[in-house]
Amino acid sequence: MARSHVTTTLNGVETEYLCEPRQSLLEVLRDELGLTGTKEGCSNGNCGACAVLLDGRVVNSCCVLGVEAEGAEVTTIEGIGNADKLHPLQRAFLEEAALQCGVCTPGFIVSAKALLDAEPDADEHRVRWWLAGNLCRCTGYDKIVRAVLKASAQMQEA
Amino acid sequence: MENFDYLAPRSLTEAYAALGSGRTSLMLAGGTDVIVQLREGRKQCDQLIDLKHIPELMSYGFAADGTLEIGAAVPLAQLYEDPEVRRRQPALCDAATIIGGTAIQSRATLGGNLCNASPAADSSPALIALGALLVIGSDRGTGEVPVEAFFAGPGRSSLQPGEILLQVRIPALGAREGAYYHRFIPRNEMDIAVASAGVRIGLDESDRIVSARVALGAVAATPLFVPSAAEALIGQPATRETFEKAGAAAAAAATPITDMRGSAAQRKHLVSVLTVRALERALERIREAR
Repeated sequence: MARSHVTTTLNGVETEYLCEPRQSLLEVLRDELGLTGTKEGCSNGNCGACAVLLDGRVVNSCCVLGVEAEGAEVTTIEGIGNADKLHPLQRAFLEEAALQCGVCTPGFIVSAKALLDAEPDADEHRVRWWLAGNLCRCTGYDKIVRAVLKASAQMQEA
Repeated sequence: MENFDYLAPRSLTEAYAALGSGRTSLMLAGGTDVIVQLREGRKQCDQLIDLKHIPELMSYGFAADGTLEIGAAVPLAQLYEDPEVRRRQPALCDAATIIGGTAIQSRATLGGNLCNASPAADSSPALIALGALLVIGSDRGTGEVPVEAFFAGPGRSSLQPGEILLQVRIPALGAREGAYYHRFIPRNEMDIAVASAGVRIGLDESDRIVSARVALGAVAATPLFVPSAAEALIGQPATRETFEKAGAAAAAAATPITDMRGSAAQRKHLVSVLTVRALERALERIREAR
């Protein structure tokens, strides 16, 4: 099967890759490009562990083909912050102990970033509704919601 | 996943040519159903035709007569984020905001939700209640079908080989018309309907019901249009008593199965309750708009 040539802007950097049409964007990110921050959970669109931003909108990268990212801007958890410069959401997740095993965390942070970019003052109800497509089997969600609200407050002060 | 060719036609002409190639094709809009079905081996194709580069399928707007014309591949979030769509077609947004979660709604489309033809799809009963028409195209021309005539069975639409669902047309609501869609799920969000109901009613100046459409989800092999519930409403005053008669008619028309989401008896009961409440909320919307 011929591989397709795809050009995207990945975490702000123009990036080219080859992929088969059947490869999901998630597979391309992890297996072809080595960006393993994005996690595979259910691979059927239910859990949100693989959330990335595609042209600024949060999507499940298991439900997008690598070839569909042609010409698009993709932001993964690696583009949101790093160990030297944590995003306020990442710092708040640590401070609020909003993670245990950590598999869902990149998806939560990517999804929460999309919310706070669009609605900086989102309230608790809105945060819970927005994050309904991100599943966490460890925390019980309260700590995650608190962390998002804390980051929201800090980002609005800054 | 079995491999396939990926095609991204830039026009309908190119898309119809690809469809006519003799190879088995599937359409790709938002992909939130079809990519999973391909991965899980529930569907196969030689070629996947991405419709998102065809301008007609990616735009929406209100026509001069107020009809909301929505390209089949427009993402749901783009629709419900538009204040004008929310104001003029709130029942569409009732459905669009509860199909999957945020990440699904960034991609998922009305065209995909309809063509996936799930009996439990949220957009279908809402669109049937709203009296929406579907524009179907092929290399032989285009035609319109009412949404209620679009479904052939679970997972099967009435689309014929070579045809593409192009557009959803939702007629404007009049000043004395209101609509509402909702479902029952055991969670607060991110679930598939156990049962659902969509309604649209129109009133005269003395609050008598002069037009009505009722549709149900997840209680038959296809989304279910229920003319008998409308007959129980038309000519009657818009009261709880009238609505309960329509709810009983809806329950009588439902032919649900028992499965992991709920029993047939529970679904019959839900249909009655959901229909009555949807009518009450459609009535509230008419009164709020005054």
